[in-house]
Amino acid sequence: MTLNSDSNSTEAMLAKQGFWMLTPAVVFLAIFSIVPLLFTIVFSLLRYRLLIPGVPKFCGLQNFIRLFADSQFIESVGHTAEIVLIVIAITVVGGFLLASLLNHEMPAKRLIRMMVISPFFIIPTVGALIWKNLLLDPASGVFAILFKHFGQTPIDTFAVMPMAMIIVIVCWQWLPFATLILLTSLQSLDMEQMEAASLDGAKSMDNLRYIILPHLMRPITIVVLMELLYLLAIFAEILVTTAGGPGSATTNLTYYIYSKALLEFNVGTASAAGLLAVVLANVVSAVMAKNIKRSVGL
Amino acid sequence: MNHDKPNYYAMAVSAVLALLIAFPLIWMLLMSFKTDFNAARNPLDFSLGMWTLKSYKSVFKDQAYFLYLLNSIVTAFGSTLLALALALPAAWALTFAPSAKRSGVMIWILSTKMMPAIGTLMPIFLIYNQLRLLDTQLGLVLMVAAGNLPIIIWMLFSYFKDIPFGIIEAARIDGASVPQEIFSFLLPMAAPGIASTALLSIILAWNESFWTLNLSGANAAPLTAFIASFSSPQGLFWARLSAASCLSVAPILIVGWLCQKQLVRGLTFGAVK
Repeated sequence: MTLNSDSNSTEAMLAKQGFWMLTPAVVFLAIFSIVPLLFTIVFSLLRYRLLIPGVPKFCGLQNFIRLFADSQFIESVGHTAEIVLIVIAITVVGGFLLASLLNHEMPAKRLIRMMVISPFFIIPTVGALIWKNLLLDPASGVFAILFKHFGQTPIDTFAVMPMAMIIVIVCWQWLPFATLILLTSLQSLDMEQMEAASLDGAKSMDNLRYIILPHLMRPITIVVLMELLYLLAIFAEILVTTAGGPGSATTNLTYYIYSKALLEFNVGTASAAGLLAVVLANVVSAVMAKNIKRSVGL
Repeated sequence: MNHDKPNYYAMAVSAVLALLIAFPLIWMLLMSFKTDFNAARNPLDFSLGMWTLKSYKSVFKDQAYFLYLLNSIVTAFGSTLLALALALPAAWALTFAPSAKRSGVMIWILSTKMMPAIGTLMPIFLIYNQLRLLDTQLGLVLMVAAGNLPIIIWMLFSYFKDIPFGIIEAARIDGASVPQEIFSFLLPMAAPGIASTALLSIILAWNESFWTLNLSGANAAPLTAFIASFSSPQGLFWARLSAASCLSVAPILIVGWLCQKQLVRGLTFGAVK
């Protein structure tokens, strides 16, 4: 009896200590996420423009109604989805193929891997500007020079297909990430299991389907999750290359809100759109939540 | 398939692909040793007279470069220290003093990371303006730390989880207080994991390009903003852009190369090792 009540009180004390150790981090996170989110909700219901003098006034859902009537806003949601889906598809499939290739035993293995993963560590503004100027500039970028060398007329890629160029740059940043994660995971694959399966007459397609892909499901889920988090919010790459243009051809949701917020200082509209971005991200992560919990073994 | 015999076909294909992937960076390095004029007019000419350190000299001569560099260092290290100071006790609580609500708390912590930064840009900007935190190092340190804190807590949790609970229990039976338990037992055992967490945090903070671009101006702008300033057309600037870029990415690139393994583990919260 004494022992039991003793361990109970130790446990209660431990729970209390745990609570206090957790509190600073939770409060800090709340101050920087929940508190501003509440402000965003309030602002989204106000007619509030910093460049037009006057007191902010309650305007109901007008900001939202105006947003849905704005074709640029609708377009920006579409552009966001386009970037996220295409980049995830390319980097996961490409990353898997590249990882399978790099998983072979080969000379200069370390050097080759170092080169492949490098773009992931590059500051986004650096990567984007190098692509835009040094590589893709229509007058003296390296591709233009190669085109001229072979008697072709160089294309001003950022004018003709701006969105494709943004996607190329973002894929270049994220392919190394997918490759690195999947390669590490492939290396932990049980080779004996594969050899045994081969001896039993399994073809390499069978190995792929029944051993390799199931083994990679967890890492692929995590790659998709991490990329989702970052790709929904792509900003710097667009800011320094196209500034959302030409027109609004490369304006994603993040850039749309940025232009409403810090270029037009339209607090009400920016907040309404910001709130919708939060809702969108929450829907996506709610769909992913089950997979995440399973993948990290919570 | 990982046969022991080296596969030269795989190597040839891999080498070509690796060169293609790294080409933008190799090209950036080559262009940084030209003059601005030659980088734009004669990019393919690598004869002896073309090589020069002029672009690096010009970046260093520009006093502002060191201000940007200092701001990057303060933001990266400051936010990492702050985030670790908050995350270490939190991860201890989640691992070694778990309550019934643990899973809910952990998902909530991660959900703050899933909230897009843009959703709070307007209020943060206005609050920062009121508190005079706009364009200050402190403002950036706080914001970047808040952005990385969820990932850091999750990562530390994944390392703490692997520590045998028996050792911690033994310490408790011997009457160790919570600070003793953390400083004398947990920290020494988890030191490699904490170090990788810190490195990942520094990498993420160094490259953070949303808040650093939107909340900084002439005073607190780190290297991300310095490079972004090259996007405005200012005539010939490619060699200087390349030199400044090389200087800005080199430290993090080297750190990244050295700790690939730890990064994979960290970025997947221990699910891939």
